Amino acid sequence: MAVNIPATPAVSRATPPAASGIRRHQWASMLWAAVRTQRGAIGLALTCVVGLVAVVGPLLIPHSPDALVTTEFARPSGSFPLGSDFLGRDLLSRVLDGGWLLLVMAIAATVIGVAGGAMAGMSAAYLRGHTDGIIMRTVDVILSFPQLVFALLLLALLGPKLWLIVLAVGISHAPQVARVVRSATLDISERDYVKVAELQGMRPARIMAKEVLPNLIAPLMVEAGLRLTYSIVIIAGLAFLGFGQPPPAANWGTMINENRIGLSLNPWAVIIPAVLIALLTIGTNTFTDAIARVAIGVERRPEEAALISDLGTGVAE
Amino acid sequence: MRYEPAPLPGGLAGPPRPSAEARLEVRDLEIRLGESGPDVVSEICFSVQAGEVLGLVGESGSGKSTVALALLGHARRGLKICGGQVRLDGVDLLALSPGDLRSARGAKVSYVPQDPSSALNPTLRVGTQLREALRVHAGAADDIEARVREVMSEAYLEPTPEMLRRYPHQLSGGQQQRVSIAMAFACRPSLIVLDEPTTGLDVSTQRHVLETVRSLCQSYGVAAVYVSHDLAVVSGLAASVAVMYAGRIIEIGPTARLFCEPLHPYSRGLISAVPSPERAEVLTGIDGQQPRPGRRGAGCSFASRCSFAAADCRSHTPEPVVINGRTVRCLRAWEIRPESAARPAVADGRAARLAAPIMSVRDVCASYGQTPVLFDVALDVPPESCVAVVGESGSGKTTLARCIAGLHSNWTGEITFRGAPLASGSRRRSKDVLQRVQYIFQNPYTSLNPRKTIGQTVAQPLEQFLDISFKERSSRVVQVLEDVSLGGDFLSRYPDQLSGGERQRVAIARALVAEPDLLICDEVTSSLDVSVQAIIVELLRRIQRERQLAMIFITHNLALVRSIAQAAVVLRDGAVVESGPVGQVLERPADAYTIRLMEDVPKLRTGPGGPAGWDTLAGRHRADGSPAQPDIVG
Amino acid sequence: MTVTTAPVQPAPTASRGDAHPIARLVRRRTAFGVLTLFLVSVIVFVATEILPGNAAYAVLGRNSNPARLHALEIQLHLNRPAVDQYWTWLSGLFTGSLGHSLSNGESVWSLIAPRLVDSAVLVLVTGLIGSVIGVALGAAAALRKDGWFDHVSSVIALAVTSLPDFVVAIGLIILLSTVVWQVLPAVSLLPPGTYPWNSPELLILPVATLVIVIVPYIMRMMRAAMIESLESDYVEMARLKGVPEWRIVLVHALPNAIAPTIQVIGLNFLYLAGGIVIVEYVFNFPGIGQELVYAVNGRDIPVIQFVVVVLAAFYVFANILADVVALAATPRRRIPR
Repeated sequence: MAVNIPATPAVSRATPPAASGIRRHQWASMLWAAVRTQRGAIGLALTCVVGLVAVVGPLLIPHSPDALVTTEFARPSGSFPLGSDFLGRDLLSRVLDGGWLLLVMAIAATVIGVAGGAMAGMSAAYLRGHTDGIIMRTVDVILSFPQLVFALLLLALLGPKLWLIVLAVGISHAPQVARVVRSATLDISERDYVKVAELQGMRPARIMAKEVLPNLIAPLMVEAGLRLTYSIVIIAGLAFLGFGQPPPAANWGTMINENRIGLSLNPWAVIIPAVLIALLTIGTNTFTDAIARVAIGVERRPEEAALISDLGTGVAE
Repeated sequence: MRYEPAPLPGGLAGPPRPSAEARLEVRDLEIRLGESGPDVVSEICFSVQAGEVLGLVGESGSGKSTVALALLGHARRGLKICGGQVRLDGVDLLALSPGDLRSARGAKVSYVPQDPSSALNPTLRVGTQLREALRVHAGAADDIEARVREVMSEAYLEPTPEMLRRYPHQLSGGQQQRVSIAMAFACRPSLIVLDEPTTGLDVSTQRHVLETVRSLCQSYGVAAVYVSHDLAVVSGLAASVAVMYAGRIIEIGPTARLFCEPLHPYSRGLISAVPSPERAEVLTGIDGQQPRPGRRGAGCSFASRCSFAAADCRSHTPEPVVINGRTVRCLRAWEIRPESAARPAVADGRAARLAAPIMSVRDVCASYGQTPVLFDVALDVPPESCVAVVGESGSGKTTLARCIAGLHSNWTGEITFRGAPLASGSRRRSKDVLQRVQYIFQNPYTSLNPRKTIGQTVAQPLEQFLDISFKERSSRVVQVLEDVSLGGDFLSRYPDQLSGGERQRVAIARALVAEPDLLICDEVTSSLDVSVQAIIVELLRRIQRERQLAMIFITHNLALVRSIAQAAVVLRDGAVVESGPVGQVLERPADAYTIRLMEDVPKLRTGPGGPAGWDTLAGRHRADGSPAQPDIVG
Repeated sequence: MTVTTAPVQPAPTASRGDAHPIARLVRRRTAFGVLTLFLVSVIVFVATEILPGNAAYAVLGRNSNPARLHALEIQLHLNRPAVDQYWTWLSGLFTGSLGHSLSNGESVWSLIAPRLVDSAVLVLVTGLIGSVIGVALGAAAALRKDGWFDHVSSVIALAVTSLPDFVVAIGLIILLSTVVWQVLPAVSLLPPGTYPWNSPELLILPVATLVIVIVPYIMRMMRAAMIESLESDYVEMARLKGVPEWRIVLVHALPNAIAPTIQVIGLNFLYLAGGIVIVEYVFNFPGIGQELVYAVNGRDIPVIQFVVVVLAAFYVFANILADVVALAATPRRRIPR
């Protein structure tokens, strides 16, 4: 005989899925997560090593980088471990002394470009209308110049001044950053939770600061990393072409060019600075790539993220 | 030679039939996450006869799509078919070599996908893709062009060269799905697997598509497996139905019987969650969530949500047992008395108030840029009552909701709230107005800021609208969270830790914390499973009653309207075609469009008191497919 | 290498009775391109006007003979109003009379024209070879996803994209010209009056440098686009229809992967407009890049103006071409509903 079982209220608490990495101080947690990946570790290591050489180098130079101490293009020897350059100056000293300015200029140009571009992009996206049109047209015009050519143009007109190089490179970065920031901002502004804030009567400025900006961290970090890499490339390139510090200052880019003629005599004069620049740019680019991979995981579409089990594969229904 | 189905393990033989060849027989199908990972589906056994449709129903996470793909020997990335047999006309597809499997796909067994717009290659013309279905199988048809035309006409597509030259994006959603169906039937296969093919189609198109499938199956003796989460659709199409939960079939049997007297507690829960367009009934959902692969634990996977669960249920996995011609996996199936699935009617205590409407919309015309989307829309929302705005996609219902809320400001006309006209955009409305009119979005995954905790999200309106102390704010937040049945421990969680239903409850809590007068719900249950939908709807109904709120409920689901609203407004292409009390609009519609909508909406028959079997789309049929006169329930 | 993305216009929205989308796109972009070039020319011209003092001072130095300064000013039309000067210059661009180089007095056009040809050859050869290699490598990596080839090529690509072009150039020189092996010439001094195709071995190293720099970008985009294609719903559907794998790759996946790759190829052509500067300088290749460096060093204003405008025009034109080709490859945008 069937017994009528009274229904008992079921317990409703289902275990929530494991938390992903969105937390306060997102930028810090993203950086940390990137460092823990293979690429991130390698990239950071390379960058730090070369950075150290550049920054600490000038304090360790055995001889004055400008002093003519030996014959031109001498081979490496005991007192001159890397040999000498085309004028007979100690290569090791010049190498140690030749990086810090490059680094400083590149960082400065990056900061200018990212800050300016981010502000322009965010304003264009949130204010829309005429402001948007003007900003984006300006962006397009600046983008019509290859970055190197833009810098060269300014240098031709105003002379090879270091601050001008920084400014020119920074300005040529801004449009690209503005583009990326604008499209990310537009995307975020369309999300429902931003509309909720509008419906709560929040002022646009406050919405930008509290709702939009925190979600821009990821693309901004990636873009900043890319811009830093390109800054180094362009500034070193300009130095290579002869538009850097005036001689006799030591500068890795310039050194590669000025020592070219002696390649068969003392190739280290060219190889060492080239390798240092290469390692630096590989390092920054690899680390940026690691950040980008971590960021994509965090920025994945919310619906998909919810459907992915903590076993790491998507069993979407 | 006749094929006699041998008794399968556990006594599973599906619904008893006169001995006929089972077209498709699935035994002990098992799919895992990788070679040795946790199982995604297991112990799947069922069979389908020629010319018949088997419905495979379940909610998201049940594994039904995984089973569907496995019927073609296919598993998505990360999944692996680890065991079992899929016998089609005696041949086990899972044991075939890759070359043989490839030639069987499309020719012997074919697939109709859920989303035709992404399943058709955007760079290939329709004709190319149709012909391809035939060309890759040598000997499928003697005259490819003739067969293509034939199969297009059968699917109600014009078999003209012009249509064949089009690209998929030039077809409507319904046409794209017909192309998929034509491709599926092109080689005259023995089995067709359809994976929710009518999702995203409007009701009338859905009806036609289902009709097409039915008639084709019957004419060619094709067996079909129809995967769906929509019980009403399945009830109108399938002869037998299998209910899946957490990767297992927990009940399988003839459709009419199963929906009339469900045995398994989950089936019961599911059926009592499906709203009916004909009666205003209380919906009961199932609280909690379906366990994901790897978290199913020992014992019955439904035990943690089951109101009939006993101690045994958590430790012993139930084996299938046959009761009354149906197979059920439940340890207590014998003991639980099968109740009929009749539900209590909604207490409609409120007499029609003659008070002035709290919100009134007059002559509203809205546009997106230059394109007009709303034409002279008018509606009234009486205080403390719910008005449903119903329409299909493109009808303008969401635009109307946004105009009322102030999210869309490109409109003309007059919207009055509590006697005073509203500004067109939210920026120009006073904080008082903003506080009293609250909006809940459709997608619970994007309406919560992923970088804020639940506590911060729900407290935000209080910070914006009221000037109260932090302590007071916190206590109100906790109170409103409890009101929506979320405990205080949700305060510090982030949205990515919550399920869809829980997130939507947070969104509701956020809207309620400011104590509004009017709630605008924009398709708030459309992204949720049926059982969760029922919980949300009941929650909203209770909240509305307790707090005496007015509500505007936007939806495309006519059945849902019945359960929650007192008045209904039907929108079509931006204009109001019908409005009035909900009973009148749904039962005695005046407008031709509404009449057609009501006819086309699939209805789930669960109770006695009507003909056995189910309402189909075009007429009444009995369980075995024969046209019937009204009958007494067996 | 630095690659800046091109101005991206939104896809043309369909409206009834409109001209073919490709024609519309070309019209709109050309109009916009002309506007941009106009602005660029104004900027270039105005920039030269903001020199402290004027161009004559800049060239001759502040302390030179006033008479010579005055003569130079007249020669440079600096005594006429600014707008006037601009129109003279602008119309000169179209008629071919561009003034004379300040360093050697030759007409700018006769100085630049042969170099234009040389640079064009360099860019085209590089573009073609680089695109083919990049597409092939990208497709191969996608088809063998997560295999050893994929991993190795990804790592190498990442490293190479980080390298400045002059480092790659120097590396190649060290490897193939001077230190390790000596098989190729370290400089590409074309005998004057001849064209690159007369002495192809001089092209090898410059082309190789630029190809190495652009291939990784194309390869990564192709790989990503192919993978997305191969993992798409329509490829899954084709598999479920029983379509053989070779047909899936060639007919289903490839055409969908081409459009985004073409845009990246276009971007790389844009990069080349700037990249040739360094490469030509390193290898002494007589192209407009090298000329630009000389002109900047010598403050040769007319030459600078012309070269910059030429490069910007190339930029704009290549942009339009890339967008048009990508549009043509995407039926969804090409043919409105």
